[in-house]
Amino acid sequence: MTNVLSVHDLYFSYHNEHEALRGVSFELCEGDKVALVGPNGAGKSTLMLHLNGILTGQGDVVVGTERITRDNLPAVRAMVGVVFQSPDDQLFSPTVFEDVAFGPLHMGLPKDEVLARVDSALEAVRMSGFKDRLSHHLSVGEKKRIAIATVLSMNPQILILDEPSAGLDPRARRALINLLRDLPITMLVSTHDMKLVEELFPRTIVMDEGLVVADGETEKILDDEKFLNEHGLEKP
Amino acid sequence: MHFDAFDRYHESVSFVHRLDPLVKVSVTLAFILSNALLPDGAWVAFTLSWIFLLLVNMFSSLGVLFSFKRSFVALPFALIAVTVLFSVPGEPLSTFYFLFWNLTITDAGFLRFISIVIRSWLSVQMAIILVGTTRFPDIVHALEHLRVPSILTTIIAFLYRYLFVLADEVFRLLRARESRSASVAGSRSGGSVVWRARVAGNMAGQLFIRSYERSDRVYNAMLSRGYTGHLQTMSPHELHRVDYVTTALALILILILQVIGRL
Repeated sequence: MTNVLSVHDLYFSYHNEHEALRGVSFELCEGDKVALVGPNGAGKSTLMLHLNGILTGQGDVVVGTERITRDNLPAVRAMVGVVFQSPDDQLFSPTVFEDVAFGPLHMGLPKDEVLARVDSALEAVRMSGFKDRLSHHLSVGEKKRIAIATVLSMNPQILILDEPSAGLDPRARRALINLLRDLPITMLVSTHDMKLVEELFPRTIVMDEGLVVADGETEKILDDEKFLNEHGLEKP
Repeated sequence: MHFDAFDRYHESVSFVHRLDPLVKVSVTLAFILSNALLPDGAWVAFTLSWIFLLLVNMFSSLGVLFSFKRSFVALPFALIAVTVLFSVPGEPLSTFYFLFWNLTITDAGFLRFISIVIRSWLSVQMAIILVGTTRFPDIVHALEHLRVPSILTTIIAFLYRYLFVLADEVFRLLRARESRSASVAGSRSGGSVVWRARVAGNMAGQLFIRSYERSDRVYNAMLSRGYTGHLQTMSPHELHRVDYVTTALALILILILQVIGRL
């Protein structure tokens, strides 16, 4: 299997003080569905912001075959779709249609293609009838799914999700889990929802204090209760 | 929780609702411009303008008096024009002392004041119908089609999107304060005015910081989806025959109003 994303020895500190990432390395293969877990402040969100070049630390982030540089940022952002935690941050346009069309439009696609992509992205998250709705009238669960559609419309090769199940009621959470399971795309999902991890992801990366402390089969990692407790996590 | 007290759109199926937003925005602007250009005391033209308004009300199926009932909120703003009562030279009507000024109302000043109030009252009504029959994003699209600079339309679109989020934030803050504003039996609650002012100040600061941080996150979300500093939008609107005909008809009527106003 080919690597679609590899991170090598990544260091980053905010304002040269707090070291958020202290040498992070890992790889994602095509089709991988990987969970990223760790306590608050472990550096998960910081890491995610590096994967499409919003933050740039020391070290290499390679997407596909290319190292992220200033010049290939647009191409990288088309390949790596990041869905942020709060859907109110992710959905910044007045209507659902405009939000889902934002990515494709900025990729410079022709209008017919944009329309087709909006339709298929909304269909993929099962929200086809919501095109003309206003974002602020949606429920949290609906917003989360639309947020995923805003990135799917760019046809990314890798989907990065930050806390997708936070704040969802059981039904919305179940719908989201089914959705993530059915999406045929490489994904890295940061979450505190250990049940979700157990159910959905064969592989897990554990981060703590800016380091990857474990990377392997979910089953093995979740079995080691002592290790989980050491890193502020809990057995599901 | 949703907070949409600002949304003035009234869902309905009507001729005016179906019109392209571009038509509605253009005609509204033309109507407001026409009101501004009508000479003082053009009573016939003012009346005809009002009839025009009533017709638009009728065609919007919101009720003939829809805009009339909502128009008075804007009247206080017309009071800014109150100075013309005294500043336009003409025959004095009455004189009185206000604080340490000796003010004289002139007939020409009175005429102009009444005309200004009527003009603004008519204009506001048209704007009320516009926002009542057009969804806000469509108004922004229409402005884009009218070549309003994209930086302005973008700001308006963001304002609209985040006004609700901000309002929700304010209500959460207020509720959090309320929940902790308890009192011990027998003693007065609330603290001193200074203390309360400080709490309110802190809340305003909180709101500012939260908004500021949110703007950062929104910007990141925009970058992630390929934003490079130039906003692209797609306004999927198409003008049909009925739109052209209505625009032409409305503009002709407005022109006739102008002619009548100047006879």
